Amino acid sequence: MSAAAIPELLIAAGSAAQAERYIQAGADAVLIGEPRFGMRLPGTIPASELAEAVSRIHAMGAKAYVSVNKLFRNGELPELPDYLRTVSAAGADAIAFGDPAVLLSVREYAPNMPLHWNPDMIATNSAAANYWGRRGAVRAVLARELNEEEIAGFRKGTTLEIQVQVHGATNIYHSHRNLLLSYMEHLGKEASLVDRGPGKGLYLVETERPDLRFPVYEDEGGTHVMSADDICLLEAIPDLVSMGVNSLYVEALLKPEAYNETVLRSYRAALARLAADGGDYAMDPDWLEAIRKLQDPERELSFGFLYKEQVY
Amino acid sequence: MSTLLETAPRLTGARQRLAKPELLAPAGSLEKLKFAVHYGADAVYIGGQKYGLRSNADNFSIEQMRQGVAFASRYGAKVFVATNIFAHEEDLPGISDYLKELEDAGIAAIITADPAIVETAQRVAPGLEVHLSTQQSTMNWQAVRFWKEEGLPRVVLARETTMDEIREIKARVGIEIEAFIHGAMCSSVSGRCVLSNHFTDRDSNRGGCCQSCRWKYDLHAEDRSVAEPGQNLFTMSSKDLCMIEHLPALIEAGVDSFKIEGRMKSVHYVASVVNAYRQAIDAYFADPAGYELRREWVEEIGKAANRPLNTGFFFGTPGAAEHIYEPEEKPAPYDFAAVVTDYDAETGIATVQQRSNFKPGMHVEFVGPGGRSFTQAIGELTDADGSRLDAARHPLQAIRLRTDHPVAPYDIMRKKTG
Repeated sequence: MSAAAIPELLIAAGSAAQAERYIQAGADAVLIGEPRFGMRLPGTIPASELAEAVSRIHAMGAKAYVSVNKLFRNGELPELPDYLRTVSAAGADAIAFGDPAVLLSVREYAPNMPLHWNPDMIATNSAAANYWGRRGAVRAVLARELNEEEIAGFRKGTTLEIQVQVHGATNIYHSHRNLLLSYMEHLGKEASLVDRGPGKGLYLVETERPDLRFPVYEDEGGTHVMSADDICLLEAIPDLVSMGVNSLYVEALLKPEAYNETVLRSYRAALARLAADGGDYAMDPDWLEAIRKLQDPERELSFGFLYKEQVY
Repeated sequence: MSTLLETAPRLTGARQRLAKPELLAPAGSLEKLKFAVHYGADAVYIGGQKYGLRSNADNFSIEQMRQGVAFASRYGAKVFVATNIFAHEEDLPGISDYLKELEDAGIAAIITADPAIVETAQRVAPGLEVHLSTQQSTMNWQAVRFWKEEGLPRVVLARETTMDEIREIKARVGIEIEAFIHGAMCSSVSGRCVLSNHFTDRDSNRGGCCQSCRWKYDLHAEDRSVAEPGQNLFTMSSKDLCMIEHLPALIEAGVDSFKIEGRMKSVHYVASVVNAYRQAIDAYFADPAGYELRREWVEEIGKAANRPLNTGFFFGTPGAAEHIYEPEEKPAPYDFAAVVTDYDAETGIATVQQRSNFKPGMHVEFVGPGGRSFTQAIGELTDADGSRLDAARHPLQAIRLRTDHPVAPYDIMRKKTG
């Protein structure tokens, strides 16, 4: 195999200090933002602190992407111009978007800002990616429900960069309803007795599948259900790299910082070995073992959809 | 139903002249298409055998589409095809040929969400209008403006859009707006749900949805079930949308197309729901100032509904009362017993085609377009040869019976469930 480019290792961070720790652990790029604009971020970096966060990330030689990928309502649109100008002035390296409203606003208020098309489950084919590419996107963030063959096909079909999630939980359901609050009301319980936010340990167990725990939480964007397992594609890294995947994303959400740092160190080690040894690459079992030691025993590490065939 | 009626607004005051919205109905089969159009739909949407999100429906072949288009055109109605999947790489090669076939079959528009299909349709099948599906989750005016600038004549809004937001979208962007006004709803943002993929390896965004949102889940906090013993479990299940009481507000907000959900629903459901909305829309435009919601329309819908109803996001975010936590869905209170195929005005004898069992002595209801209806006690039944029957037991069998009032082909005979 010819030496394929070593992809970027990307993670979301909830603060500038956390971003620094993640870069220290091996991340090349960090996704940041605030929940007014981006979905399912592990924390808030307010607009007033964005410039400082970006310069701290840049100072360590890493890239800073800002997530503006939620679905907007009319009443939220007026906040976009100022925010996009702030992101642009802060020197961020790209904006992640899902709603076409953001694309129009970026053209107007942050015209030089590269765009990453990141609409969660619906980024499923290269032709759609190319559509957004012709309208300014430089990267497509692929749906987590694609398998190896589909990722390879997507890669062949587009010249855009492609980003694939390699580790962590995935969102499997997003509603604008406050389903937990509604349920508490239905039960006649004081809703304030249960903290419904991210990382508060709430989970769903489907009656026919008692062994699987699906984390669930509510925030200002509604209700989010997450996968019962954590993707771990560490062993598939050489395949993803040879396919030409440009960015490997680690989902930080609902995980302790130390866990995420360990994950980054393992993936960084794999990428470094791949860069050094190319075709002679051999995975070190310690990389996976280090992650396993910190893995929540209730959550399996899985290959996600990488080797699955789905029907419909 | 009475509580629904009591909450209905009585809008009064001067009104400006407004365009009559399209009533758009689902048609899961050629037969349902005929009923939807006959009962007053201005347009119907169907699924073809590819690229649609209802892989379990009796989807239309191209030949059936031609028949559907021919039938609909006799009423001046249009046929749209839902090509609303999010395609994967393997789905891409056939799109051009399929869209050209739809165009050639006389389909007026496709309802589509994937930009791969949007763009292909614009390039290879310019005779097809491209309507942006609700699966694109469009809920703000700038996103609507984006799609207008991309050349689309119509956007189907996300079900999360409120009445006030729709009004603003219509005020800011000159484009046709289609909104769901009736039927089952995804409780997720449409398309932003892969529960089926995770539970059953079925791709929900390519038609494999197995309605996992209606399943029961035990919600745990601090590793303990939140529900006490005997309390209902958690579910994401939404009540069904019903906007029959708010048509003036929808019309005045400028909604161009009123969409009814339900390609998987029965003939009885489609005919009943279309019948009610058709009458309400026509009544409003006949006399906007004097318009009043009529109890019969609400009752008509209630006879075919199998879930409790609500108004979705139109007037705010749904809460506890808008979800279904109770253990079981009830069957619709009325069931389809037969359809009228002929009526002899001289003898007063109707010929009907059986759809479920009935027998002499039962009380049934005949319903036709425009709200014609009457209750009938069934007298003597005979088959096509005139032999007397003790009951109508065989599906599709032709049965003759006398009716107290005239009936017409496509009139529905229904009976109480149970």
